[in-house]
Amino acid sequence: MEIHNVILQPEERSRDVPDDTKKVPLEAWIKGWALEDGEIGQEVEIRTPAGRRVKGTLTRVNPGYTHTFGPAIPELSNIGKKLRAMLREGK
Amino acid sequence: MPRDLSYEAVMKRRGEIMQKALGIEYSEFIRTKIAFDYEGMMQKAGYSLEKVREIQRETGVGNTPLLELSNITELVRRTSKKGYGARICVKDEAANPSGSFKDRRASVSIYHAKKMGYPGVLAATSGNYGAAVASQAAMRNLPCIIVQEVFDSRHVGQPEIIEKSRKCEAYGAEVVQLTVGPELFYMALVLLEETGYFNASLYSPFGISGIETLGYELVQQVRERYGKDPAYVVVTHAGGGNVTGTARGILKAGAKNTKIIGASVDLTGLHMASDHDFNRKSFTTGHTGFGVPFATWPDRTDVPKNAARPLRYMDRYVTVTQGEVFYVTEVMAQLEGMERGPAGNTSLAAAIPLARELPEDEIVVVQETEYTGAGKHPQAQLDFARRNGIEVRVGDPRENVPGKSIVIPEDFSQLHVTEVDLRRLKRSYIRNAIEKNEVKEVSGEEIRFLAEDTKESEEFVKQVLEDLGVKVSAKAF
Repeated sequence: MEIHNVILQPEERSRDVPDDTKKVPLEAWIKGWALEDGEIGQEVEIRTPAGRRVKGTLTRVNPGYTHTFGPAIPELSNIGKKLRAMLREGK
Repeated sequence: MPRDLSYEAVMKRRGEIMQKALGIEYSEFIRTKIAFDYEGMMQKAGYSLEKVREIQRETGVGNTPLLELSNITELVRRTSKKGYGARICVKDEAANPSGSFKDRRASVSIYHAKKMGYPGVLAATSGNYGAAVASQAAMRNLPCIIVQEVFDSRHVGQPEIIEKSRKCEAYGAEVVQLTVGPELFYMALVLLEETGYFNASLYSPFGISGIETLGYELVQQVRERYGKDPAYVVVTHAGGGNVTGTARGILKAGAKNTKIIGASVDLTGLHMASDHDFNRKSFTTGHTGFGVPFATWPDRTDVPKNAARPLRYMDRYVTVTQGEVFYVTEVMAQLEGMERGPAGNTSLAAAIPLARELPEDEIVVVQETEYTGAGKHPQAQLDFARRNGIEVRVGDPRENVPGKSIVIPEDFSQLHVTEVDLRRLKRSYIRNAIEKNEVKEVSGEEIRFLAEDTKESEEFVKQVLEDLGVKVSAKAF
């Protein structure tokens, strides 16, 4: 499960943060095993992989990853072809 | 009584929390407000090169291959004046267990934490270092927490950082994913206090001594294969540890004439702690946003005295553009058959134009690569840049504007470096040493320290002090 917490409200943040960052809270997400049943949006307690017990708002159940290698980028696609041809020509 | 967890209260306890979490008595090495015994700290608080090699052998770190980039070298020679174009070699640090040189940096800290009986380890980092700490901790069976800066306030994260979170979790670490802000260190302090874990700081003598083996190995490998020392070693520069540790290892191998050249991606104008700018950077490390502030004020970190002091070792400092690094990442895959990076290819992008300066019989070493993966890939990063309003196009890399455009070079010959005025950074460092320490008068010992810390003469330091209007104490002369 993944839980969410607000760590510092905007007014509690460091004085050194830029103005745009100062307008928003410092938030945290942590994953772990649920210690109790709960629905998305409810407060639940989890045990983290390091063994800590942490409470927070349940955001995801069985959270995974969806980042990818991305689509083809036309601006990159001719680089190899062009340079290989250049190497062949010189030999 | 419950702990006061307000930002101010925790930051006030910072000294005692760090003391407990690192176990280093820094006061032993501090001489004056400005001067401290750097070598004494490295020797007494760290580990010897021999011991570090032994520690790293235990967990399969180091002894990475040195590979000659023959097709890239050929292209360099074709785009250089006759007889020029040094041979380029790369130290394939992606061959370390977690896929980057950061395993070296983590290895000693985790060994030390285990030896000292700490119940676990913690690191605050959004880079490859997190995976390295998590991997080393897994090998030594210690619980691990990694605190990362991952998202902007829309809960959107760069694919590269998301991948770094995933990798830490794959090694069994607890990952605390935060939104943008320097309070990453506040969170780390809160957790160190709560858990009593060891602070696997990037900037302790443990971390830096772990990198020395990298410099030492590469000199030995170049000597063995080519019978000479490298002319240049190009090091990606961010927080300063990579430059410092590598250079120290090179010096320990006795390669006194090898020039240490720092290289960063130019991100001038983007604020590192800005919620708005956060996702307009297409590199999350190895850039000037860390490189410049950490050079001009190394003691801004989580330790009282930073063991990473790049101005002590850098002979030159150059920048490259984001588009050039993505371009050479593609070149590395397509011409050398090695899919690496992209961030680890920053020094490769710089090495190509730098090799053109040297005769053919010289050697330039690119001292790292990093693993690639979903998210940590030019396609993922460029797609993300585009979706965040950054223009991506082919053209002259000199037209690159950080945060606005990424210009992929049209041609190999366009790869170039921009020289950073190191003396300007050194002057800025000396000014910071005076201002941050609130010093009115500087002693002879302090002048000597500042000269060593900037790799300059005492005369240079005195001139800067005079320009700043700082009194030099009579005893100094």
